[in-house]
Formats: sequence, C-alpha cells, structure tokens
Amino acid sequence: MRGMARLVRMDRTGHTTLAEWTAADDAAFAAASEAFREQLEAGYYAVVSEGEGRAHQVTALPASADLVILRRPIAGG
Amino acid sequence: MAAAGASAGGGGASAAALPERAGVAWRAPMDARALRARGRLWTLSTAAHSVPFVATAGVLVGIEPGLAPVSALALAHAWAIPELYANRGAKVVRPRRRRDAWAERTAQGLLGDLVGHDARELHARTGLVTERGRLGVWLVGEAGALLVRPGGRRVHCWCVRADDPMLPSADRTAHLLLALREDETGFATVANLAFSGAAWRVARRLAPSMRPALRAAARMARG
Repeated sequence: MRGMARLVRMDRTGHTTLAEWTAADDAAFAAASEAFREQLEAGYYAVVSEGEGRAHQVTALPASADLVILRRPIAGG
Repeated sequence: MAAAGASAGGGGASAAALPERAGVAWRAPMDARALRARGRLWTLSTAAHSVPFVATAGVLVGIEPGLAPVSALALAHAWAIPELYANRGAKVVRPRRRRDAWAERTAQGLLGDLVGHDARELHARTGLVTERGRLGVWLVGEAGALLVRPGGRRVHCWCVRADDPMLPSADRTAHLLLALREDETGFATVANLAFSGAAWRVARRLAPSMRPALRAAARMARG
C-alpha cells in the first residue's frame, strides 16, 4: 500500500515539505493542489523524478506521484 | 477520490523541453552533433593559440641557438594556454562556501533520495553526482557540470546554476540534476560551455578530492 505522497520545495533550509496527501484523502489533495499552484505562480517548476536519467516536469499536481519536487529555474553561469 | 483532481496520465506532464530553453531561444539545441562541432572548434581554437608559439620557438632556435631561453618561454606559453582554458573548465565544479550546516544536511538527504547507492557514495567523497545520459556521462556539481563523452577522452565543462545563490550546496546540485533529467539537450543548451578538451587536462586542474569522480565517469563512458 502506498504511503503519504509529498510536495517538497527545495529552498534555503534544505527542503520544506509543503503538503502531504493520500489517494483516498480528497481534502488533503485539494490543499496540496492549492499549495502547488501557489508555488508555480511564485516561479517554481515542479518535477517528478523517475530514477536515473528520467524526470518530467508537471504543471498539475499528479495524485499518483510519491514525491513532487519544486525547483528554481536554472541559467548558464 | 484524489486522482480525480489530477489530469489524465498522472498530472500535467509537460513536453520534454526544459522551460528555461525559452530564455535562450536563439541557441541551437546542443545535441550530439552540435557537441562534436563545438569540440572540434575548441581544439582548433586552442591550436590556433598555441601553434604560433611552438613555431616561434622553433624558428628562433633555428636562426640563433643562443635564443634557446626565449624559445623555452614561447614553448611555456604554448603549454600554458590550454592549461588556462582547462583550469577555467575545472572551475565550474569548484565547491562554493557552505553557509548553514543544518540546511546542508537536510538538502543532502533529498539529493541522496534522488540517486542510487553508488552515486550517493561518490557524491559524499567528491561532491559530484554521476548521471548517465544519451550524450555521455555527466558529473553534476553545485554550479556546473562536466560531460564525459563516450570513449572517456573528451570532457565538456558547463557553467550552469540555480537562480538562488543562497541555496545549500546539495540543493543546488539537485536542481541541476533534475533539470538534466528533464531534458539533457535542453540542459546543455541553457548552460554555458566553459571548456572542451582532454579529460586528463581537466583532471589535473580539479581538486584532488574530485578526481576520482572524473575517473569513475570516464570508466562509465568507456563501458
């Protein structure tokens, strides 16, 4: 059985867990989706990592993901 | 049920392109072909800088053997030019100052969750994360990445970073790793190429603690 899924933001504290949800908890998922949208509006990108060499950006919170990570944009130095 | 709120296919998965590519739309995608061309250009450029000094050294000694010390200086210049370029390349993965030990430990935990055991262990020893891609084997640092091309002999050094310099080191590395996984070609397109050349030349300019990572990546690239 799947445990809690997490929405995590990489930030100056290391990382912050913004929301947790399970597939059976609509209220928790709705709250996580709201937090997700706020972070995207603040300029973060959301990524679901799928192991070495694979990750994809998401623009809506995927209920099926175990871990969704919010990252800042990158740029050439 | 919560899944009802998500789009089909497990969320709004975007196309493969890294969104940051929009900021450098004028750049051609840095695919394998473009990488080979850039590599050749770097070699030609380095030769164009160094060969005149070698030629000068030969001519001077040929004209007047007493000018051997001047020839030696010219040869030193010829040697130093590619070394300086390689130093610039190696600098992209040089560790930055650590700020908050607690945040670093927290960030390392997340980065550790993203990579396998071997990569985690190598990161702990060297500060670099290995990642196999289609273009070669990457070594991801906190403000740049090295790409070891298949065969293990040529390394491209990329300067690229997350837009918040106050992030913990491991978080900066995780930012780059995730972006690389999203779109490898896009990652190389967004990043700035600082050097392309021989792996041994870059290895000499890396911090000793980082050299095992480059050796490991070169082995992976040969395998």
